[in-house]
Amino acid sequence: MSEQPFIARGFAGRRAAAQSGRIPPGQYETRDFPVLSAGPTPRTPLASWDFSVEGPEGLLARWSWDEFQSLPRETPTVDIHCVTKWSRLDTIWEGVSLDTLLAAAQPRGTMTWGYMLAVCDGGYTTNLRFDDVVGGKAWVVFGHDGAPLAPEHGGPARLLVPHLYFWKSAKWVRRLQLLQDDEPGFWERLGYHNRGDPWREQRYQGDP
Amino acid sequence: MTYRSVAAPAPARLEWRVATVAQVRDETPRARTLVLDVPRWPGHRAGQHVDVRLVAEDGYQAQRSYSIASAPEEGLVALTVERLDDGEVSPYLCDVLRPGDGLEIRGPIGGYFVWDVAIGGPLSLVGGGSGIVPLMAMLRHRVLAGGVAAAGPPTRLLYSAKHWEELIYREELGRLAARGDVELSFTLTRETPVDWLGYRRRVDESMLAELIWPPAAMPHVFVCGPTAFVEVVATLLVRLGHEPTRVRTERFGPTG
Repeated sequence: MSEQPFIARGFAGRRAAAQSGRIPPGQYETRDFPVLSAGPTPRTPLASWDFSVEGPEGLLARWSWDEFQSLPRETPTVDIHCVTKWSRLDTIWEGVSLDTLLAAAQPRGTMTWGYMLAVCDGGYTTNLRFDDVVGGKAWVVFGHDGAPLAPEHGGPARLLVPHLYFWKSAKWVRRLQLLQDDEPGFWERLGYHNRGDPWREQRYQGDP
Repeated sequence: MTYRSVAAPAPARLEWRVATVAQVRDETPRARTLVLDVPRWPGHRAGQHVDVRLVAEDGYQAQRSYSIASAPEEGLVALTVERLDDGEVSPYLCDVLRPGDGLEIRGPIGGYFVWDVAIGGPLSLVGGGSGIVPLMAMLRHRVLAGGVAAAGPPTRLLYSAKHWEELIYREELGRLAARGDVELSFTLTRETPVDWLGYRRRVDESMLAELIWPPAAMPHVFVCGPTAFVEVVATLLVRLGHEPTRVRTERFGPTG
């Protein structure tokens, strides 16, 4: 934010939603569910879908679709914020906490994990700080609003990390690669912020 | 826990700049082009966008993203904004803003939905409604970077709108087509003029098979428009055999 914002002549704006305290700066509330993706929507059959957690030494855990469905489920209700400026309040999801997945993968020994890279069908990736995804803050979700997650919204399963801008909630996620050193993902290499906290308005590289 | 971050210089921040509206131009009954003079504009690539910020007297602010319509070679930033009647920002940009006014922008933003002549062709562009805007920047760049008419990579555009009156840049597109810069197809989905010879239905598989470069030509494909339009077109393109990684999409949500 610049030191002295320029006042737009004759602009009044709306502020009802912003005053709720739940809309981060520069965002507006929408009731729709816009879709943003860089390419066509991939469609992976559930029979060949799997989900894995890997470390530098290789595979730590892997689940088929059926195995994944049998993991303990949670139904978080959260607000989501897209860097393209829309926010949706009280969205309802169903899926598995990353705490559950990482505990099953048992990243063990003396390894200290600082980061992870989420890898998706279609080639999309995004990087996350480890402490941004543990402690009840992140899920792999396969349900939205009581129905299976639609392909254009990331189905069969996507990441959900609602306290960061929504590009971090990678669609069509298939693998979590545990890392010691940070490795920028798809949008992070193309000028977007490395962490993406909407309350600090970390939209693009160089934002505070 | 400590974090070891990869050593890299801190990237420069995209600063907010106060642009001056040099010119406004009505493109259609619902779309207006704002030609902006931006101090120290770092330049952009065709297909990129900017953020616009409006700050009210009491500090309340609203931001939106708009695609850049002008070619990098033009040395200015033109935005074409579609007025959404129940929107918060677009009615201000279309109805209130006038030449001489300031407007805060920052950018350019986005490094994936971009094309330049170095990427080459053939080039297929598929636009729906105001989704034509970043595609127009690519066409304008193709002309200005190439110099000689029709010297750039072979380019086809399929442009869908509801009504003839809502086809943005239709005269300029007609001139480009006459010069051989683009093979142009329009389709109108709601209402057609009595003498209309073009297509009169939503973009479908046979239209894409017939009007843009086939997969065998290994084209670069850019699709931009409303969410539902892009979802349908991109899915059909993959079904027709286009390599998903060669189909780049930009979806417009409802950005009021």
